[in-house]
Amino acid sequence: MNKIMSLNKEKDYGTPASDSTEMVNLEIDGFKVTVPAGTSVMRAAATIGIDIPKLCATDSVEPFGSCRLCVVQIEGGRGLPASCTTPVFEGMKAITQNPKLAEVRRGVMELYISDHPLDCLTCSANGDCELQDMAGAVGLREVRYHPIETHLDAKKDTSNPYFSFDPSKCIVCSRCVRACEEVQGTFALTIDGRGFDSKVSAGQNESFMESECVSCGACVQACPTATLMETSVIENGLPEHAIITTCAYCGVGCSFRAEMKGEQVIRMVPNKDGKANHGHSCVKGRFAFGYATHKDRITQPMIRASIEDAWKEVSWEEAIAYAASEMKRIQDKYGKDSVGGITSSRCTNEEVYIMQKLIRAGFGNNNVDTCARVCHSPTGYGLKQTFGESSGTQDFDSVMKADVILIIGANPTDGHPVFGSQMKKRLRQGAKLIVVDPREIDIVKMPHVEASYHLKLRPSTNVALVNALAHVIVNENLVDEEFVNARCDVASFNKWLTFIADERHSPEATESITGVPAAEMRAAARLYATAENGAIYYGLGVTEHSQGSTAVITIANLAMATGNLGRDGVGVNPLRGQNNVQGSCDMGSFPHEFPGYRHVSDVATLSMFENAWQTNLSNEPGLRIPNMFDAALDKSFMGLYCEGEDIAQSDPDIKHVHAALHKMECVIVQDIFLNETAKFAHVFLPGASFLEKDGTFTNAERRISPVRKVMRPLAGYADWEITQMLSNALGYQMNYTHPSEIMDEIARLTPTFNGVSYDKIDQLGSIQWPCYDEESEGTPIMHTEEFMRDNGKGLFMLTEFVATQERVNGKFPLILTTGRILSQYNVGAQTRRTENNAWHTEDRLEIHSHDAEDRGIKDGDWVGIKSRAGETVLHALVTDRVQPGVVYTTFHFPESGANVITTDNSDWATNCPEYKVTAVQVAKVSQTSEWQAGYLAFSDNQLDLLAQASNV
Amino acid sequence: MSITLYVPCDSSAVSVGADRVVNAIAQEAEKRGVEIKIVRNGSRGMYWLEPMVEVVTEKGRIAYGAVNASDVSSLFDADFLNGGSHALSLGLTEEIPYFKKQQRLTFARVGITDPVSLEDYIAHDGYRGLKNALEISQADIVKHVSDSGLRGRGGAAFPTGIKWNTVLNTQADQKYIICNADEGDSGTFSDRMIMECDPFVLIEGMTIAGLAVSATQGYIYLRIEYPHAFEILNTAIANAYAAGYLGDDVQGSGRAFHLEVRQGAGAYVCGEETSLMESLEGKRGLVRFKPPLPAISGLFGKPTVVNNVISLASVPIILDKGGDFYRDFGMGRSRGTLPLQLAGNLKHPGLVELAFGVTLRELLYDFGGGSATGKPIRAVQVGGPLGAYLPESQFDTPLDYEAFAALWAVVGHGGIVAFDDTVDMAEMAKYSMEFCAEESCGKCTPCRIGATRGYEVMTEIVNKRDLDKNIPLLRSLCDTMLNSSLCALGGMTPYPVLSALNHFPEDFGVNVEHNAA
Repeated sequence: MNKIMSLNKEKDYGTPASDSTEMVNLEIDGFKVTVPAGTSVMRAAATIGIDIPKLCATDSVEPFGSCRLCVVQIEGGRGLPASCTTPVFEGMKAITQNPKLAEVRRGVMELYISDHPLDCLTCSANGDCELQDMAGAVGLREVRYHPIETHLDAKKDTSNPYFSFDPSKCIVCSRCVRACEEVQGTFALTIDGRGFDSKVSAGQNESFMESECVSCGACVQACPTATLMETSVIENGLPEHAIITTCAYCGVGCSFRAEMKGEQVIRMVPNKDGKANHGHSCVKGRFAFGYATHKDRITQPMIRASIEDAWKEVSWEEAIAYAASEMKRIQDKYGKDSVGGITSSRCTNEEVYIMQKLIRAGFGNNNVDTCARVCHSPTGYGLKQTFGESSGTQDFDSVMKADVILIIGANPTDGHPVFGSQMKKRLRQGAKLIVVDPREIDIVKMPHVEASYHLKLRPSTNVALVNALAHVIVNENLVDEEFVNARCDVASFNKWLTFIADERHSPEATESITGVPAAEMRAAARLYATAENGAIYYGLGVTEHSQGSTAVITIANLAMATGNLGRDGVGVNPLRGQNNVQGSCDMGSFPHEFPGYRHVSDVATLSMFENAWQTNLSNEPGLRIPNMFDAALDKSFMGLYCEGEDIAQSDPDIKHVHAALHKMECVIVQDIFLNETAKFAHVFLPGASFLEKDGTFTNAERRISPVRKVMRPLAGYADWEITQMLSNALGYQMNYTHPSEIMDEIARLTPTFNGVSYDKIDQLGSIQWPCYDEESEGTPIMHTEEFMRDNGKGLFMLTEFVATQERVNGKFPLILTTGRILSQYNVGAQTRRTENNAWHTEDRLEIHSHDAEDRGIKDGDWVGIKSRAGETVLHALVTDRVQPGVVYTTFHFPESGANVITTDNSDWATNCPEYKVTAVQVAKVSQTSEWQAGYLAFSDNQLDLLAQASNV
Repeated sequence: MSITLYVPCDSSAVSVGADRVVNAIAQEAEKRGVEIKIVRNGSRGMYWLEPMVEVVTEKGRIAYGAVNASDVSSLFDADFLNGGSHALSLGLTEEIPYFKKQQRLTFARVGITDPVSLEDYIAHDGYRGLKNALEISQADIVKHVSDSGLRGRGGAAFPTGIKWNTVLNTQADQKYIICNADEGDSGTFSDRMIMECDPFVLIEGMTIAGLAVSATQGYIYLRIEYPHAFEILNTAIANAYAAGYLGDDVQGSGRAFHLEVRQGAGAYVCGEETSLMESLEGKRGLVRFKPPLPAISGLFGKPTVVNNVISLASVPIILDKGGDFYRDFGMGRSRGTLPLQLAGNLKHPGLVELAFGVTLRELLYDFGGGSATGKPIRAVQVGGPLGAYLPESQFDTPLDYEAFAALWAVVGHGGIVAFDDTVDMAEMAKYSMEFCAEESCGKCTPCRIGATRGYEVMTEIVNKRDLDKNIPLLRSLCDTMLNSSLCALGGMTPYPVLSALNHFPEDFGVNVEHNAA
């Protein structure tokens, strides 16, 4: 099943493909070729296997025409034009090789080599160097110059932990500069100086680390020589084989080539054919894979009777048997419903599927939940209600057709960087941008990108704001009536119309709630409504609220009312936080739903699964995560199997969570590290990283992509095998021999997956569900003909704004909101164990200069943040990115205790926690909080207990 | 009644003391109680006679030159205000042979009028071309320009009418007219003279261009080393706006044309039209590849006419007198007149506007008066730093684009720089490589690395080292640069280098027989 490839470089056509539909016929070296109009001669030649020598051209960036190696002759034309910059025309006859061209190419190559070190044999790019290849291709045999001026002594920049910049090897092709501009959109690199003094410069002659470089790797990818080279290749030499797999970080789901030396990953190279990332990457996926072999990996199963005890390393048999016996004991003592499981968006689809199967069929209850509970459960609810399916409506590429992009509560350049780059590309092409966010996120103003409107609302007022936008659209006759009449439930629309047209929803009436000037809201509403194609992208800034589900519905209403659904360039697009949020939800990891979002009480579905699984199933929805904690404190939920999720760090009101975990009699943690939750565990089952197992991830655009084993599991088993062993030990038999068999079962039992198989994924690279049958290649854009609700019509729902109970007052005058940063991922378990710490070593509290001044706080001071739930201490970062009255932090480090202060408020429909709104007071302090001190002592003690494990 | 005097404000005249002369005359007049009026006109272009003072008399304007401030008192003594005779007397300006023998079309008003006086401009046939243009169709304007045979005076000699026609026929919401005023060729100054001495003719030419192709915005990209031109252009533009010759409604036609001067940042390569546009857009002055042509996708990706100052300044007379009138000057495919700039080692440097067809020898000797040093003229570089060197044997070549091309030389922007027989042509070739290395934008390899290597190889040759290897290497390098450079900077640097080597091999330590081209 694994597709191991020898390390053939991916074909480089030199210039990007033309999307013209008009075809042009020409002859190259006497061979006929037909290509789309706008194609370069170079690319046309490459399509028939004629590779014209080139150095500055690569198909990820626009042609530049600087190296002059690719010159050709065109019959009837003058001179020797560069084939990369010469478009084809009908009847063209191009010659790519003759003595004159050979002479010119050798002459140019001789110039290059006159300023290049001749250390090929010891060079890190030896065997992977286009300059070397081209010197061979043009037949350079001699360098006649005796150069005086050279760049051979230029100093190497090793400031970036993942790659080095060696300007002595630079040929100034500008591929890195252009990749930084065109692919990544950061504009961190430039050419400094001119003529012979031209050199690549990060920022204004800064080191790479000091510059604005975000370490996405696009420049390294684009470099044809050893100038920009991965540190890992310098240290280990070139890889020898490659396997295509999918990144395990965010919801973009980039496709990568894991380039290997035996079982060692040498580098992760973004796959040009990857349909989510088109050969691009970010600092996490591209470079931060070292955690997989970090010394903190636990590779031996461990058990202990009490969390006061030292861990004991045991055999797999003993660990599994102990875990199963404990679960049975608890069920015997406290009842069938006293145990359950939590799965994670970081697990593969197959792992999640058999986890929920184990719980439903093995435990005999529906106490299964997933971390999507705390992120995108309102998306599942809101979009299911309105559109009929719990998913985003578009593929990522759809953004390239959008004319107005509306971002609400999402931070794509930090949270979904590769898609963020694609979005920026579209914005640089002229699409307009509206950002709804309490904080000035980067995309509001970046090089060559600037939002037309930044609606800087107060946290917790999304519903009021989107309602106001809808009010403007309705009252200014901007509704797409044709769409509404044809595609939507008209009765629901009419009801909504009356509701939303009311003056209480007007921008003027809600200005005092949202804090956004009415005129700005009106202008933004007009811009979105009058766009040819308006596309909405949203994130956790929408969902993680007490009205998260309502906010999702307001967005759905807005898109339906303006007809921005069902075609390319429009849509409602939740940006999923983790790699497999979409997939884990699809796989039936919620307590009330079987795979494919079918309710457990639905008789037909229930009996189908009972037949398939050969057992009786409960038709009662099980416990949600917060209910599990409450039940634990009531002693009615005493055993937990938690896979790949760190509830003890990531869930809100963490003191409550810790107390609940303390109460449980058996906590089984399956993870690759002793995470925070494992410090409360009795059984530790060492799992496998994404590099060590087969499976699939489903990204934010419903794209099911392959995850492939590139090395053997360090602890011996893939996670699906561990769950299967546990199930068998509990007495419910599972006999899968490969995850493909699990996917076959999913496909058989889930209509939207009916046509999915590993063979088809291998053949197509990836599949976007729905994929109803064998013929289908998936569905990039949903609801094109009708909505997926039973009657096919989109449903408008009423969305009254209800203020959160979490109010500011004299005691807690500020609102704390949370977010993430580019270099760290979620709870940081992975990225904190990589060199990514070089960019972000601690979570800090962003506070506006006015609020800081009022409190005598200076940048870098320790500040105590106190809420109704608790207190923690962070360093202050004084910045006007946040508005007065709002403070902000990230939650990537457990010792930060961000969730000590978050409250137990949650979404009315789905219990998604209100992470984004906590009333706090901030004061200058001199030391960490009591909780932090306690946590540190507890954590140190647990690490001691771990250290004792191998000594037992 | 007061007497009117003309003293040029042109920066060449000022550089040799015109302002001091003006002050001296004013003081002397006051001292003597004479009422005079001094007009700062443009230069007539006879630079060896600057500062040239003209006095308006009944017979016409009588010239004195070159006048020093110290001469002023004696001029008054000689009653120059009434045309009195003096050692510096030149007689009637228009009768000075150097001036009289010229065919001034583009430069018709240069040296005669007050550059920033719109009344003066109109009184001397100004804005007649625009008046005609407003009365005919866009296609007819372009047809006049096409019929005139006008070719790009910046150096590339591309037919202006074809360029305009392409822009006219390319649909876009916005089009631009760019005047390339980044005059950087060594020994050239005709653009500067137009801008300092008759800026309205350029403004009128650009306005007509805008009307012809539906461009509503024009930019003059001016080299930063022309501060006088910058001031004068801006004053003239302000005057044109005030009088309704620029703006949203040009002369009540309902059609808009706006004009702005932008200063370059001192890079020679920004005279290349594509890097000029990059620079105008606020980017590094890096050469773009073509296609797309600027006429289709130019400034900010919009259809753009990029023309040299002289090309645009020749448009008003073409529209005034018709394409045929202009076409009747010249020879072969080189039609109209060319403002030639005589410089270098010449007795009479200056500006000479003549119809194509005049020979180099006539220019050098009949106008230039031979070398300033009195030694024989050995070589002439025509067309700026990228132009070929011509030896004495080629001095009878007529100024004609095709005749020069046949000699592997260029007319270029009409700059002619003379050298006497003390010149070391190998040093000149080395200098050409050095110039290219200094001015290269650094984008394409043949120019970026090649020019530096060329300088190094020429240094070896000048030092007579390994000539048997270095001469072929130089030829090979020139071949690479010529065939593969992205723009004319790298692509034409071999012209001066190879012409020097081919015509003056002895300076390179090579005997003629062994110097196979």
